[in-house]
Amino acid sequence: MIPIEVFRSILERPDPALLEKMTKEATRLTRQFFGRQIALYTPLYLDNHCDGGCTYCGFNRNRDIERIKLTSEQIATEMEIIAGWGIDHILLLTGESPQSAPISYLLAAVQLAHRFFSAVSLEVYPLEEDGYRQLVRAGADGVALYQETYDRTRYRHLHPCGQKADFDYRYRAPERMAHAGMRRLTLGVLLGLTDPAADLHALFSHLEALQYDFPGIEYQLAFPRLQPLAEDKPAFAAVSDRQLLSAIALARLLFPRVAISLSTREPAAIRDLALESAVTCISAGSRTDVGGYATAAMAPVQFAVRDRRSVVEIVDMLKVRGFNPAYTDWRSLGDYDE
Amino acid sequence: MTQDDVLVIAGRSIRNRFFLGTGKFSSRELVGEAIRAAGIEVVTVALRRIEPERRSESILHQIPAGVVRLVNTSGARDAQEALRLARLARATGLGDWIKVEVVDDSKYLLPDNDETVRATELLTADGFVVLPYIFPDLYIARRLQRAGAAALMPLGSPIGSNQGLQTREFIRILIAETGLPVIVDAGLGAPSQAAESMEMGAAAVLANTAVATAADPVQMARAFSLAVAAGRAARLAGLPPPGLPSASSPMSGFLTQP
Repeated sequence: MIPIEVFRSILERPDPALLEKMTKEATRLTRQFFGRQIALYTPLYLDNHCDGGCTYCGFNRNRDIERIKLTSEQIATEMEIIAGWGIDHILLLTGESPQSAPISYLLAAVQLAHRFFSAVSLEVYPLEEDGYRQLVRAGADGVALYQETYDRTRYRHLHPCGQKADFDYRYRAPERMAHAGMRRLTLGVLLGLTDPAADLHALFSHLEALQYDFPGIEYQLAFPRLQPLAEDKPAFAAVSDRQLLSAIALARLLFPRVAISLSTREPAAIRDLALESAVTCISAGSRTDVGGYATAAMAPVQFAVRDRRSVVEIVDMLKVRGFNPAYTDWRSLGDYDE
Repeated sequence: MTQDDVLVIAGRSIRNRFFLGTGKFSSRELVGEAIRAAGIEVVTVALRRIEPERRSESILHQIPAGVVRLVNTSGARDAQEALRLARLARATGLGDWIKVEVVDDSKYLLPDNDETVRATELLTADGFVVLPYIFPDLYIARRLQRAGAAALMPLGSPIGSNQGLQTREFIRILIAETGLPVIVDAGLGAPSQAAESMEMGAAAVLANTAVATAADPVQMARAFSLAVAAGRAARLAGLPPPGLPSASSPMSGFLTQP
């Protein structure tokens, strides 16, 4: 990996001419390897029970919020709505609670999802290798797991309890996924928890090591940026729009063929800009409250959705800007079991 | 070039020797336009990446009737996965023409030649028309020929790299030493490289990135098609051997006679 000083200079002492050059090269590489196709997916929150005490998160166990876990009927209702929008790739999410959302619950959700979608990914607490293997067999193609921060001291401070307190168990999870045969891994840090230059350097080094050890996996990077809950603001390092876009461009330069996603945590203007340079995968129509698609109720959210465009609006935007929205992107091989 | 110059694969006569990949385009409609404008007769589609035909936005609706849909198994990491994909292609009415693509490297997308041979054996036994995508290796090519491959699809350079014929000398060997049609696939970044492939004796050329990511993909599809035809015509015409210019006159022959 290139030295951390380069990250630091790009993020902290940016030279406008260099950034312009970086963005141009990132755009060129993205078009070369991904063309103008943009993959679409929608997240579905299944359960907001959580054992974690992540001080920055809306689902933190210490927060006095309504806890909801969807039944299989409710999950099917949510899925039917999302599939009705034309979405073909679903991302299933839970809080960090193996007690509330055990493997059996995840397996049932994955199997159910295959009635509606050709690709199913998960963003759940880290599992044992065998857990991942069961998910693969049930038809899961991908897992997103963010280390949040690679700074161990900061990590310990921010994640005081639950399974999530174990840095190494989380850090080694991608290896367990790879051994279990998971096809697509999404890595990321939660930008804003600590020094972004150090975290991005560690993240990219982690990805580089995984690519070396497990070359067959399809890797993806995500760039979630913390929106601190009002009372927490002073505790976190704000990452500016410019820093975020520079980080994304840098990722493309270092990993030309790796897919990059940007969620609805970001406002429409930022997502649209990032699509031009490096982002190849976006969510659409997202709700981050459990049961939100069917009820449209004001249930607690994990983070506020800032890009509130519907799937139709996102698809229209893509077409107007000369992008080709891809609904089916690496359809699950699990579909083809005879 | 005469009208009789056709490439025959599995009993199917193909006149336009430029095959087009359908990924990376800025819209599905543009794929259809490029196919029509360039008179494309064979296109590749990635089974795992296309919307099924029942969906209105499926790329399959853009492919005119009569165009061969060569289904690639991209996303398969081993022979068994390639077989499952091929069977699904057949079951969903996409036909029997399969470009076997077995890749277990996400950085360079280089094909796994061993698994490709295995996949070819499995697929030909199941009655598929198999065109394996390979790194150009003579021993692998011979094994594929024995396994019943309908053609060979060696890469010119890594997929999407636009680096041209980096494997030129090895592709020459495949052309000289196997009886199979050799279709240069992957890495070609310009029509001139396609023409060169045909001059070398390739039976056809496949490109995607160079067309789909051009400023005007429809015109670029035509340009590739023309270059492939020109290269083919040159091959048939018999290219003069390269070398230093030498004087030739009516006297030359006379002087050397005994």
